[in-house]
Amino acid sequence: MNDTIHATAAELAARIASGEQSAEEVTRAHLDRIAAVDEQVHAFLAVDGERALSQARAVDAKRASGEPLTALAGVPVAVKDLFCYQGLPTTAASRMLENWVPPYNSTVVDRLLASDLVILGKTNLDEFAMGSSTETSAFGPTRNPWDLGRIPGGSGGGSAAALAAFEAPLAVGTDTGGSIRQPASVTGTVGVKPTYGGVSRYGVIAMASSLDQPGPCARTVLDAALLHQVMAGHDPADSTSIDAPVPDVVTAARRAEVKGLRIGVVTELGGEGYAPGVEARFAEAVELLSSLGAEIVEVSCPNFVHALAAYYLIMPAEVSSNLARYDGMRYGLRVGDDGVASTEQVMRASRAAGFGDEVKRRIIIGTYALSAGYYDAYYGSAQKVRTLIRADFEAAFEHCDVLVSPATPTTAFRFGERMTDPLAMYKSDLCTIPANLAGNAAASVPIGLADEDGLPVGLQIMAPTLADDRCYLVGAAVEAGLADRWGGPLLDRIPALEETPR
Amino acid sequence: MALTAQDVARLADLARIELSEEELARLAPQLDVILTAVASVAEVAEQDVAPTSHPVRLENVYRTDELKPSWPAETMLAGAPAVEDDHFRVPRILDEEA
Repeated sequence: MNDTIHATAAELAARIASGEQSAEEVTRAHLDRIAAVDEQVHAFLAVDGERALSQARAVDAKRASGEPLTALAGVPVAVKDLFCYQGLPTTAASRMLENWVPPYNSTVVDRLLASDLVILGKTNLDEFAMGSSTETSAFGPTRNPWDLGRIPGGSGGGSAAALAAFEAPLAVGTDTGGSIRQPASVTGTVGVKPTYGGVSRYGVIAMASSLDQPGPCARTVLDAALLHQVMAGHDPADSTSIDAPVPDVVTAARRAEVKGLRIGVVTELGGEGYAPGVEARFAEAVELLSSLGAEIVEVSCPNFVHALAAYYLIMPAEVSSNLARYDGMRYGLRVGDDGVASTEQVMRASRAAGFGDEVKRRIIIGTYALSAGYYDAYYGSAQKVRTLIRADFEAAFEHCDVLVSPATPTTAFRFGERMTDPLAMYKSDLCTIPANLAGNAAASVPIGLADEDGLPVGLQIMAPTLADDRCYLVGAAVEAGLADRWGGPLLDRIPALEETPR
Repeated sequence: MALTAQDVARLADLARIELSEEELARLAPQLDVILTAVASVAEVAEQDVAPTSHPVRLENVYRTDELKPSWPAETMLAGAPAVEDDHFRVPRILDEEA
């Protein structure tokens, strides 16, 4: 399994730098793979083949002229369709922005291009990143490459599925309540939510601004670290961006050493509602960490049980405010402008036609939570719970270096299973939400397949604010330890997709 | 029941979203279930807990006050639903009798 599409990003970069393979050849192999399997997977909303090939040829020219190459030069990357990228529509998987082409690039896209990565195209997501399955995408769901009848997670299901389907070696995502980690978990890939403010939000379509955080997605921990290094760092264009050095995530991923590390198992993130296969793989991962020399302690974070409730008030409140901008006046969908209707009537009709059910639900919940008479009981109380959750983390990190839990309570569910029951859908993010509320770093790495359904299970690793490197240290140790036991990475066991002849 | 169809209609009105009768009938019970589930936050938080609005405590962030070129009007108008003479064209904003 060491041909082009199965190679890691680090391997591809080394081949391109040594001249063993051209960047153009690498890009072409991935575009061919997309053409052969994406009809089944539907990870991409747009493929940008010509521009990707010209970006790749520019890297080959640089190499030929003896210019130094960056760590990921020439390596293809897929970008969640929430990041502005000139020349292609940025849709947020919504009818509201179906044909909208952004006038500028997001900082993350600029950094990918400045580091000579090759952008293959834009990946599918739940509409405006609201969902845990990609089923709310206005352009149809993405399928999980492990089982095409199941969801790939969400909102970043397109990015995670592109990795698992070997359509791209790297992808970028955003994580507001688990949108990087939950898809990583259910597709057997790696996803990291950096510390809030670690990666710029400039040019990323906003959902909930105090929670949204862009981050890297990959098939290995080292690849995620290399991408993290490219994406992260202070950006004056984002006022919440942290003006501090990027944690040394690449060194940590290479060190992969947990001897003497104190690892806390969170009592509240397990038990009832967790699938037996998830609990079994999690217990094995903890036992592996212990055998590698880590000290395992059990910690209680009593307020984590209220995280979901607080999140489903704070997030919709911010959603209702952020999505007020889609009024059909300056950009996006406009409906019913017949020369007679008023601005307000056109606004109502445009928002009715442009937004799907989940977006409408969240805007209405947020409007309710912020309305006079309810503000203190709902939004105000949720903000207090947020303080308590942060205090739980602070207390736990006093005697633990990292905390671990399953990344999501169950493996990938079937399409349609949770679409009419929003609360059941929301519970997919039970384990991931606390780190968004508190802002600290967290990751998901694959730890095996559940016995009952043969589907991937993820380990969540949570580290203190600006200690993102510890996610990589522990993630890489687990990855190496399990690959030793299994004789290879988990994705070696994914069923092969049928390639459509072209 | 925390939320009736009538409440949802009023909230949708505040949020400038037209909802059909069918949508109201479908969304109202779902929203009621969600709000009932999240109402527990009011019982958890004591009065003397300070609220957190943002995960990272930041002081005011300033930038240097320097001139930068602005975007050309045609770039910003390129995505507009309707344009007239270098401006966004919008539907009428006043009542017809006004």
